[in-house]
Amino acid sequence: MEFLFDNITALGALTAIALGFGALLGFAAVKFKVEGNPIVEQIDALLPQTQCGQCGHPGCRPYAEGLAEGEEINKCVPGGEDTIRALADLLGREFVPLDEEHGETPESKMVAVIREAECIGCTKCLQACPMDAILGAAKQMHTVIADECTGCDLCVEPCPVDCIDMVPVPVTLQTWHWDVPKGIGNRPGELIPVRNIA
Amino acid sequence: MSRHIWDFHGGIHPPENKKQSSETSIRWAGLPERLVVPVQQHIGAPAKPCVAVGDRVLKGQKLAQAAGFVSLPVHAPTSGTVEAIELRPIQHPSGMDALCVELKPDGQDQWIEHSGLGDYTTVDKKEILNRIREAGIAGMGGAGFPSVVKLGVKPDQKIKTLILNAVECEPYITADDRLMRERADEIVQGLQIISWLIEPEEILIGIEDNKPHAVAAMEKATADTNIDVVVVPTKYPSGGEKQLIRLLTGKEVRSGGIPADVGVVCHNTGTAYAIKRAIINGEPLISRITTLTGDCVAEKGNYEVLVGTPVGWLLQQAGVKATDLHRLIMGGPMMGFAVHNMAVPVVKTTNCLLVPTAKEFPDPVPEQPCIRCGSCAQVCPVNLLPQQLYWFAKTKEFDKAAHFNLADCIECGACSYVCPSNIPLVQYYRFAKGEIRTQQQEQAKADHARQRFEARQARLAREEEEKERKRQERAKAAAAKQAQKKAAPTAKAAPTASDAESELAKLQTAAASTMKRYKEAQKALVTAEKNGSEHLEALQKKVDQLKAKADAAKDAFIAAKNADKAESNEPAAPQEDPLAALKKASADDFAAYKEAEKALEDAESNGGTDVDALKQRVAELKARSDASKAAMKEARAKEKEAIQAKNAAADPVKAAKMEVAKQQVLLKKATKALQAAKDSDAGADEVLEANVRAAEQALEAAENALKKIEEEHA
Repeated sequence: MEFLFDNITALGALTAIALGFGALLGFAAVKFKVEGNPIVEQIDALLPQTQCGQCGHPGCRPYAEGLAEGEEINKCVPGGEDTIRALADLLGREFVPLDEEHGETPESKMVAVIREAECIGCTKCLQACPMDAILGAAKQMHTVIADECTGCDLCVEPCPVDCIDMVPVPVTLQTWHWDVPKGIGNRPGELIPVRNIA
Repeated sequence: MSRHIWDFHGGIHPPENKKQSSETSIRWAGLPERLVVPVQQHIGAPAKPCVAVGDRVLKGQKLAQAAGFVSLPVHAPTSGTVEAIELRPIQHPSGMDALCVELKPDGQDQWIEHSGLGDYTTVDKKEILNRIREAGIAGMGGAGFPSVVKLGVKPDQKIKTLILNAVECEPYITADDRLMRERADEIVQGLQIISWLIEPEEILIGIEDNKPHAVAAMEKATADTNIDVVVVPTKYPSGGEKQLIRLLTGKEVRSGGIPADVGVVCHNTGTAYAIKRAIINGEPLISRITTLTGDCVAEKGNYEVLVGTPVGWLLQQAGVKATDLHRLIMGGPMMGFAVHNMAVPVVKTTNCLLVPTAKEFPDPVPEQPCIRCGSCAQVCPVNLLPQQLYWFAKTKEFDKAAHFNLADCIECGACSYVCPSNIPLVQYYRFAKGEIRTQQQEQAKADHARQRFEARQARLAREEEEKERKRQERAKAAAAKQAQKKAAPTAKAAPTASDAESELAKLQTAAASTMKRYKEAQKALVTAEKNGSEHLEALQKKVDQLKAKADAAKDAFIAAKNADKAESNEPAAPQEDPLAALKKASADDFAAYKEAEKALEDAESNGGTDVDALKQRVAELKARSDASKAAMKEARAKEKEAIQAKNAAADPVKAAKMEVAKQQVLLKKATKALQAAKDSDAGADEVLEANVRAAEQALEAAENALKKIEEEHA
């Protein structure tokens, strides 16, 4: 009889503990529920946010969501190799070179410039710009806010008079930095010949 | 000095090569034909030109204004004419051009009106700081950080030690050395101004032991002051700000921190001298001492050079033959950079122009693979791992480089100097630093772009939602209109039907009551006949009248009933018949009233005894007639209303307005009638008053309805 009683006590205790932890887990699951996939945020932070759509997605976030579900990491053209490397690091995958079919990473960052004399004020580029970086109104000349332009190219196509050029962002004294040395076997750089112009 | 000197890790002892230039006194370089003054000679925002091409400017006049907190003005080094404000090659390793003001000196060297402060201690510190800023004083040691930013001590910060950096550790350079030897008093004066501004507990002057003459001069100049001259052993790079702080105080400035964090402020000798010139003499920073050295230079030594003097012209003055030129280095051999263009001007930070021969400075040998000897780590004054940083920079693993505190590298070049493989390590670090900075800027831009994109998406979604909402509203309104249209005929029919019914009931009661009165009159006649009354005739007449009336009422009732029946069969003409019946009833009533009046007149003229009774009767009949008239009018108004209700669907506001107007008219009419009745002293005042009240209420209701409708439409 005593033996049975002991068993019941033990069973009761275990059941109580199980129920207690179950309740705790259930509570935690509700209380600390994570909305969405947190990895998407991290991937999105690595993408260049040009929203250019060259990866085949309508913007950087959709591509981030695609990446979270196992899409290839080599589709971001404006991000180029650096972005692929960062993605490979984050997602624990192998580095793969940029997929050529999505385009080629330009040498330098680009910025859209409207040839203002030719602009007819059709507002088509305004609607295409994912950054709201083009200023203008119907039948008024449009202009690109260069600081906000990400160089995504999306405004070039809709322009009916082809007055938008993509030009490389010029290097200024503020953005210039030293180039990488040529490497083993080469003399270090900075051997710019001195010209005497006096 | 018994003061304890600490040591810092690493450091090197390259050949000093100072004697070539340190043994001659400072010479005046002269006035070139053209001065090119860059608007940016300091760290921070470029100044904004405030003169125009063609302007004549005086020596010391401001050419460009500071554009922000970390920015400084630049001044005209001599009097002359502004020839151009345009992009020119400047003192930058990139070889890029920047905005410069070109000045053609007129040779008069005419000063702008200026005055120094005899006793600066009586002036507000803010004023002194402002003067230092306006004098355009940037750190003269090399980096060119605006001095005023370092001098403006935050109120919660206590500066314990002020250090004058007179170490000048880089080979070849002797500008500070010569300055100390010749102008020690002025330097000390400048240092005292700084100390008055930041109120330190102790003031130290750090000088390397390879400059005994300078040490002697400074000791002499500071003899009666609380300033300590501290001699430190010669080692490169003791002149680094953080290294010197370590040497003199034993404190280490944490990674990413500034000296003020450990209660130390450090200024360069040249800066102290410039501050003295600015405050005591009122002169802005327009010239500096520059060492011209290297085996190419015939007249090696220190020159007082106007800011903006082209390097090429200066070298000619010092006897450099263009054919001998091999390399031209601005700054020292360790940290300077090659200048690509002789048109580059001397600026506030140009402490040395090094023009070595090919023998003196042979071309660097090709880079060899790293053999992981670790020499670089042994000499690094910041305790970094140069070899690791090199690998990370080379393989572009910038995250890791940053993790290994690349940002703390002072680019002193000690590692490159000792590297047996001749790896240009500093170049790699500069490249990596630049890349990291670019990446940070891009990241900031990407974050900004994301924000903008998300804001745009949100805006588009909001607009779409609004459109959708409006569309739905419109659809709802259209549906409601449709429903109203459908409901209108039935709604119209319903009240008329009920009206007709009530009308019918009224007629019925009217018929019944007249019949009753007729019966009573008949009874009265019969009794009168029995009693032989003398008014038999009159009574007979009355009975006849009442009979006619009762018949009329009955007829009206029957007609109305028939009309009602007809209406249920044919709803198109609902009001016609009841209205006609009412008309008839009203006419009948009126006729009865007139007849009774006539009878009354007859009775009066006949001198009958029942005149009173007849009078009462006449009044009664008049009221009745009026009532039936009113009923008829009401019916008519209702008909009108029905027509208006039809229109109401088209324009409820208009209809409501019309309703109000109508009610106003009705009220007026009722009031008028009441007044008339009062005037004529007729006996139907109560009814008329009730009418007026009803009309008032109706008007009020109509006005409310109008308001409501208007609100809805607004």
